[in-house]
Amino acid sequence: MSSRFRRGIAIAALALVATTAFGAPPALRVCSDPNNLPFSNAKGEGFENKLAELVAKELGTKVAYYWFAQRRGFVRNTLTAGKCDVIMGVPSSFELALVTQPYYRSTYVFVTRRDRRLAITSLDDLRLRTLKIGVQMIGDDYASSPPAHALANRGITRNVAGYMVYGDYRKESPGRRIVDAVADGEVDVSAVWGPTAGYFIRKSRVPLVARAVTPQIDLPFLPFVFDISMAVRRGDNALRDRIDAILERRRPEIDAILRHYSVPRLDGEEPVS
Amino acid sequence: MDEYAFRPIACLVSFLLIFNLACSTPPEATQASGASSGKASGKATLPAFTTVANEDGQWLSVQKDYANTRFSGLSEINLTNIDQLKAATTFSTGLVSGHEATPLVVGDTMYLVTPFPNVLYALDLKQPGGATKWVYRPDPDPAAQGVACCDVVNRGEAYHDGKIIINTLDNHTIALDAATGQELWNTKLGDINRGETITMAPFVVKDKVLVGNSGGEMGVRGWLTALDVNTGKIVWRAYSTGPDKDVLIGPEFKPFYPMDQGKDLGVKTWPPEAWKIGGGTVWGWVSYDPETNLIFYGTGNPGPWNADQRPGDNKWSCALFARDADTGQARWAYQIGPHDIYDYDAINESILLDLNIGGTKRKVLVRPERDGYVYIIDRTNGEVLSANPFGYVNSTAGVDLKTGRLREVESKKTHVGTVVRDICPAAPGAKDWQPSAFSPRTGLVYITHQNLCMDFEGVEANYIAGTPYVGANVKMFAGPGGHRGEVTAWDPAAGRAVWKIKEKFPVWSGALATAGDLVFYGTMDGWAKALDARSGAEVWKFKVGSGIIAPPMTYRGPDGKQYVAFLSGVGGWPGAVVSGDLDPRDGTAALGMANAMADLKKATTRGGMLYVFSL
Repeated sequence: MSSRFRRGIAIAALALVATTAFGAPPALRVCSDPNNLPFSNAKGEGFENKLAELVAKELGTKVAYYWFAQRRGFVRNTLTAGKCDVIMGVPSSFELALVTQPYYRSTYVFVTRRDRRLAITSLDDLRLRTLKIGVQMIGDDYASSPPAHALANRGITRNVAGYMVYGDYRKESPGRRIVDAVADGEVDVSAVWGPTAGYFIRKSRVPLVARAVTPQIDLPFLPFVFDISMAVRRGDNALRDRIDAILERRRPEIDAILRHYSVPRLDGEEPVS
Repeated sequence: MDEYAFRPIACLVSFLLIFNLACSTPPEATQASGASSGKASGKATLPAFTTVANEDGQWLSVQKDYANTRFSGLSEINLTNIDQLKAATTFSTGLVSGHEATPLVVGDTMYLVTPFPNVLYALDLKQPGGATKWVYRPDPDPAAQGVACCDVVNRGEAYHDGKIIINTLDNHTIALDAATGQELWNTKLGDINRGETITMAPFVVKDKVLVGNSGGEMGVRGWLTALDVNTGKIVWRAYSTGPDKDVLIGPEFKPFYPMDQGKDLGVKTWPPEAWKIGGGTVWGWVSYDPETNLIFYGTGNPGPWNADQRPGDNKWSCALFARDADTGQARWAYQIGPHDIYDYDAINESILLDLNIGGTKRKVLVRPERDGYVYIIDRTNGEVLSANPFGYVNSTAGVDLKTGRLREVESKKTHVGTVVRDICPAAPGAKDWQPSAFSPRTGLVYITHQNLCMDFEGVEANYIAGTPYVGANVKMFAGPGGHRGEVTAWDPAAGRAVWKIKEKFPVWSGALATAGDLVFYGTMDGWAKALDARSGAEVWKFKVGSGIIAPPMTYRGPDGKQYVAFLSGVGGWPGAVVSGDLDPRDGTAALGMANAMADLKKATTRGGMLYVFSL
């Protein structure tokens, strides 16, 4: 490499630093999963990508991503490690970070083929004792998705198929399989977290329908409805407050983005059937 | 019927009458009530195929030998001069995650593999201070770090006929020319995208390298794979779940207990198809008996299903296998923990010994198990000869030696949404992977282990891969006595502890025994220690830079002197508070371990460093 060329790069780099240092505010650093639609992917196609762009725009800057698969240790290795300043989705009761106000409330839904006309809504529906049911699996000790726990509590285990939430990470949209399994007839019904269900139902060749799981809280305490917030590092109250203000101010755009991705809502917008 | 059946009642009665703490008094009280079929006499001895007389001063396998003794015949360093043991040299790995590997010494070279990114260093012991001969960097996929469940550890290397063999976290087994570091073959065995990783040390038997997978929490189906040591080609793979043909169960399979007999139990003991992602990973130790040509190893916990979702025994998770080393065909199996609900993986070491029982020599294997019992098992047929507790246990009530079945304790059974307090041992068990050592001079097995219990409290909402989920709120804490670690000298012939040392933190290092009648181990707050193998008296200690969670080793250097090596670098499951910089205010972090280890941050800092000691 010639020294003149190298100097050219050095000057260009210096110019870039200067712009960042004295011009525009620093980028909004977001930690995100590079392959987890409908939430996010490296091409920026998920609704959390769109929300990150919206928040960055409001802050007068751009998004800088730190990509990291959302697995055990995600928060520790990303937000807490200082690799970014915000993550776009956590339950509002999340304790490992400082959460914003909730920006949507969704629910687990039963996904079935429209042509089957099953219309299952209740965990106590007797047909769940014989139909083949797909549930999302987590894998940590004692942990599982609420429908998996609720079915096991009712002694329903032999007709339940598990789909890891991580899916096959080599494939695009690894979380999709539990919805496709309904379309393909691999299972009769799947119990799926709302945003995942809404998005992949829309992409399905076979018409599918989603109905909210009831009861919303299965006694003694098994919630099927969750408020979702963004999160910043503990102590970063200033950024949290600025994002909270944006969530207030840009509510219509945020609702439009969630509607565009068919996120089933229980908080007024796009209520599920 | 043995005494165990009456224990809870006896405890209750004594509590009501004299209000003492007999029921929670640790090990000494429980040891007396162990079950045993036939009395052993004399002391445990090494099988004929391991001849300590031939000690050549090398350390060629992480577990030292086929029998997994971790015993060296070197005796230059002994009780008369141990007070003169001093640091001779050090070597930094520059990494801050948990270091669980034992270095090997082959001729004049030491080989050391690091945690992720699994760098292999060859150190020239002829040079003053030990100069780097060559370095091999496999550059594993960084995404593998997100898949590993409990720190990005690696448990060591293997050596065979001029080759050094390592496993990488992203599922490669790689053979290198031991002299040059040149890659000879590189075989990919699994896929991080399906949740698989590899953390165990390869184990070489004759011309085969044995490697198993990790990731039981991630929806993985466990396996042990044999590769041709010369080409890296896969020769056989034995799955831990599924139909007999996948588990390599055929006509030669003769399990001792009826509970382990039957066709396709790896399918039938699960809800339909649950076995396909049923866990039973293989990430611990393998031993080998050349006389019978059998290998022995155990499998991990059933997963990723919650226990209530998988009624049945869930075979062959938490099970011990004996297989033909050439074909992989199972000869017998014994499920140590049918339908495990506590995460008691059965991956611990099997130490191959001979015992004199009722006047006859029995070829046995000795397993200090995660469930808290030392299992003495006839290695020719899988019969459990005894199973006595070496730590405090209340989650089960011993082993029924007629059926081979672990006795469950109804009041300690967990269900998400319920509260169960004081489950002992906690999920990592009374002992995790950290390997024990055996000295033929004392006839004792030296077990480094933990003393942890746990509370299981209702539900906790969490979030992963975009999905909110519900898990139990688990918190671990010190067991009876208030200390979290122990070193126990166990007499397999008598079926009881001879002495015990208490340590503040879990003893996660494993042990080394030598012909100098010394037992070496390390502590999580960074003390390298030596004990008198007969009395347990502490005879030497040295403070290293970071907590020790790697098993120590010893060798004779090119200068003819004996050296002892400790790799420090805290981490692993109990050390995640430090290596992962967890917030100790969140007691449920690291699956509830953070609650028990909050003060480790004040006791040590992270960073990998090898310390070599000599007189």
